[in-house]
Amino acid sequence: MIKVEVDMSKCQHYGQCVFEAPDIFRLNSDDKLEYTAEADDSERANIEAAIDVCPMQAIRIVE
Amino acid sequence: MNHPVVIVGASMGGLRTAESLRRFGYAGPITIIGEEAHKPYNRPPLSKEVLANEVTHEAVAFEERAATADVNWVLGTRAVSVDQQHNTVTDSTGMVHPYCALVIATGLRPRRLNLPNGDLAGRHALRTLDDAINLRAELTPGADVVIVGGGFIGCEVAATAAKLGCDVTVVHNSAHPMLRPLGTELARQMQLRHEAEGVRFLLNRSVVGLTGETRVREVHIDDGRSIKCDVLIEAVGSHSNTEWLESTSIDLSDGVLVDSAMRAISSSGSVIPNVYAIGDVARFANPIFDNVPRRVEHWNIPTETAKRAAAVIAAQLNADEKFESLIQDQFTPVPSFWSDQYDIHLLAFGSLGLADKVTLVAGDATDECVFEYHRGEDLVGVCGIGMRSVVQSYRAKFI
Repeated sequence: MIKVEVDMSKCQHYGQCVFEAPDIFRLNSDDKLEYTAEADDSERANIEAAIDVCPMQAIRIVE
Repeated sequence: MNHPVVIVGASMGGLRTAESLRRFGYAGPITIIGEEAHKPYNRPPLSKEVLANEVTHEAVAFEERAATADVNWVLGTRAVSVDQQHNTVTDSTGMVHPYCALVIATGLRPRRLNLPNGDLAGRHALRTLDDAINLRAELTPGADVVIVGGGFIGCEVAATAAKLGCDVTVVHNSAHPMLRPLGTELARQMQLRHEAEGVRFLLNRSVVGLTGETRVREVHIDDGRSIKCDVLIEAVGSHSNTEWLESTSIDLSDGVLVDSAMRAISSSGSVIPNVYAIGDVARFANPIFDNVPRRVEHWNIPTETAKRAAAVIAAQLNADEKFESLIQDQFTPVPSFWSDQYDIHLLAFGSLGLADKVTLVAGDATDECVFEYHRGEDLVGVCGIGMRSVVQSYRAKFI
């Protein structure tokens, strides 16, 4: 399993991550980011892509 | 030993190229040459958080990944020339770097105003972390700040400076700030919001001169007016950093012309097989819109072009049989960008600047809203204030 962490003090809810890892990240009905903190290893590449595109660099994989 | 992949430009695009080379299975040496002393960092906060707070390099640096721990960083050094025959780059210390593949990721630098009396202190442009730190020291409450150029960077800096208590004037050469990308209605609304925060606009105007003794004290406008100025910020576009490539055969007419595999194209139209360009400096056609090569200065382009180039380079160097089909693939990144000014969060997809018609399709332009951008019948962009889920839903229309 991979643990995902989003620093919500940095996150500005741009939602760029949603396109890269739609099974992990989503915008809720208030346009705020929600995410699944534990993901299968098969999601690693998608999560890394989401980390790359985060404008605030708020996403981390906790090893 | 094989020569390294040499990446020139140590910003986000250069870093993403190195990371992606590893991800696509290239295990050989990688050298990254960069003019700034800093390792790659995130630029968007420069016009906002870094101007407003004591932000260090550490706070904006990209996290380093294990896969690129063995990259050879050559920082504080400029590439000055390329020997295309012998596949080498020479840097400003005189060191010669042989390459098996060269990645051009040198980006842009701010265009500066060419003004009489131009050597006065107090003139700024914003591109690098050091630029932002130098500017921050001068944005003190009550300072008379004049920003030349009312594009996105000029307007973001205007918002930050106004919030810091500066007295801000924006001199802009069209009828509204951000007019060309946003269109009249949204640009006018953004202007009103800035004015409500105390920012003044001198529109359809330009700066023609400066006065002061050692520092700039007054800025002269082309209508004969003069305005007080402690800090002059020039946000008037940019130049491609391609002078170091002038000895090559590359088409440098506007940045670096590349094909859909990010391979450099010569002035005679032929592919240069081991030279690539990515990021702001790369000029490529995007079949989403048409077949006209353009440079794209949007947030996601360095990352997307880096991944594309790295996939091709890794396949080429690993003599992968997929190489021939890979270079035939279409490359169709959806441009994506945003801008934060006060509590206004603009989010956009596509190429707004291509549009000839802009239509409000949801909400209210004085509040949250979504605009569609069309060229003829074709949707070329979408931009919204708030209403993120609606704006997001448009992205799929471009894929």
